[in-house]
Amino acid sequence: MSSEEYRRQESELDELYRDIIIDHYRNPRHRGHLTAPSASHEGLNPLCGDEVTVEVVVDGGTLAEIAYSGSGCSISQSAASMMTEAVAGKSVAETRRLIGDFTAMMRGEESVDAEALGDLEAMSGVRKFPVRIKCATLAWHTLAEALEEASAD
Amino acid sequence: MRQETRDGVLDVVAIRSDFPILEREVHGKRLVYLDNAATSQKPRQVIDALVRYYETYNANIHRAVHALGEEATAAYEEAREKVARFIGAPSSESVIFTRNTTEAINLVAYAWGRANVGEGDEIILTQMEHHSNLIPWQQLAAEKGATIRYIEITPEGTLELGNLSALFSPRTKLLAMPHVSNSLGTINPAEEIVAEASKRGVTTLVDGAQAMPHMPVDVQAVGADFYAFSAHKMLGPTGVGVLYARRELLEEMAPFLGGGEMILKVTFEGATWNDLPWKFEAGTPNIADVIAFGSAIDYLDALGMDNVRRHEIEVTTYALERLRALDDVTLYGPDDPEQRGGVVSFNFGDLHPHDVGTILDRHGVAIRAGHHCTQPLMRCLGVTGTARASFYIYNTQEEVDALIEGLKAARDFFN
Repeated sequence: MSSEEYRRQESELDELYRDIIIDHYRNPRHRGHLTAPSASHEGLNPLCGDEVTVEVVVDGGTLAEIAYSGSGCSISQSAASMMTEAVAGKSVAETRRLIGDFTAMMRGEESVDAEALGDLEAMSGVRKFPVRIKCATLAWHTLAEALEEASAD
Repeated sequence: MRQETRDGVLDVVAIRSDFPILEREVHGKRLVYLDNAATSQKPRQVIDALVRYYETYNANIHRAVHALGEEATAAYEEAREKVARFIGAPSSESVIFTRNTTEAINLVAYAWGRANVGEGDEIILTQMEHHSNLIPWQQLAAEKGATIRYIEITPEGTLELGNLSALFSPRTKLLAMPHVSNSLGTINPAEEIVAEASKRGVTTLVDGAQAMPHMPVDVQAVGADFYAFSAHKMLGPTGVGVLYARRELLEEMAPFLGGGEMILKVTFEGATWNDLPWKFEAGTPNIADVIAFGSAIDYLDALGMDNVRRHEIEVTTYALERLRALDDVTLYGPDDPEQRGGVVSFNFGDLHPHDVGTILDRHGVAIRAGHHCTQPLMRCLGVTGTARASFYIYNTQEEVDALIEGLKAARDFFN
């Protein structure tokens, strides 16, 4: 393998496992359970066995509290951690918009507002590893379901 | 074919030269393919058989009066004869071609299970079942109001057989089990367990998907009523499975799928069924892939399954030694390579198997990471998944070394 090829591959791996992703994997935020969630949803990735449960407290149109639990690879768990940090305290409408933006970014859509995504943009490196994209989006789809349940009550 | 064994030892260099895919690179590194429990690679001889069929005698079988149809029919049925000889079946009428092991098991669950399992009846399975030998029985049990009981696994990853007889009741209708665990590599004492079931009049099915490709198997010696396996894990093409069944059972059973090929006489009022084995092969079968599977059988026959088994024990022994030397590896399944197939399941430090798999892939090393279609077993082991390296006739100690180097790189990367 040429040294150029070697560097390209190493940089792809570094893109997948950016420092901020590893940091959230090692030091998860909002990991655990809420005492009185308005809704809780378990998301499963049947291909690889990743499990993420998202609990939310919705109060007056605001995502007042959020927590996640589960097990899986570094991408699935750090994605959940980064998500909770990004959406905690935001309005439900803003959160829904962010869910749309994040999943659009993971689908590789050009129109996404990278600025609105902030740190979440770090997950874009996962796109070079197609089988891992579902790991990155699992928590987000699970949050969307939890919000549906919360608004149904 | 060149000489691929010498004094019972596989000539791996000669074997490797038969597999074009082993020449390729992945991410700039020579491919190290250690995912053989998922599917094996194919030798030139098998690929050539496919091409030869399509280029020189492609035709539908059992119906054409022309030369191509006769040649294709003869080649298809010759493959069935080869399979029957290879597995020790008393006759080729007991060999039914399906799409895969899963379809073979579903055939039994529908054609035998629906007629023979009723409300309050019991089915015995094991805790190490692949989903393919679990879901069809759960569906049957739910539909009929039957109960499933499980043979538990020991901490060593073997079946707990101490209280086997207590699992049987007068209502037990079926015992189904894997011959070799796809997740742990454990070789189960199928003959012994089948004998326990048979003496109580319980029908038996053995999932041989991980056994038939890797060791000598004589289905009559195993003694099961049904034995299922897939071509693609034993050098053959995808899309071909085999159901071996005792002839008497097949004769009693109603067809699984209806259509062309499986009938004898059809009127507007009804139909009568074709003879065995065609009664269970509705529609145009996978002619090309079955014929090429015949070439895969020839290849394995020439190597000798005893020699295949010995080679896998050697590679597995070496892999277990090297993995144990990495102090943060957790190994699953029996310690003794004689008691396991060429499957090594492990976890590495606190790294998730998918993360390990991604780094290894960048080193050209293909392994499986995840639950291996055995979610309940993973729960028994207290893990969400494992990394799994699985070996075959073309794997070498140098490839095990590449695996170990990749694991060290993964450790460095995440620390």
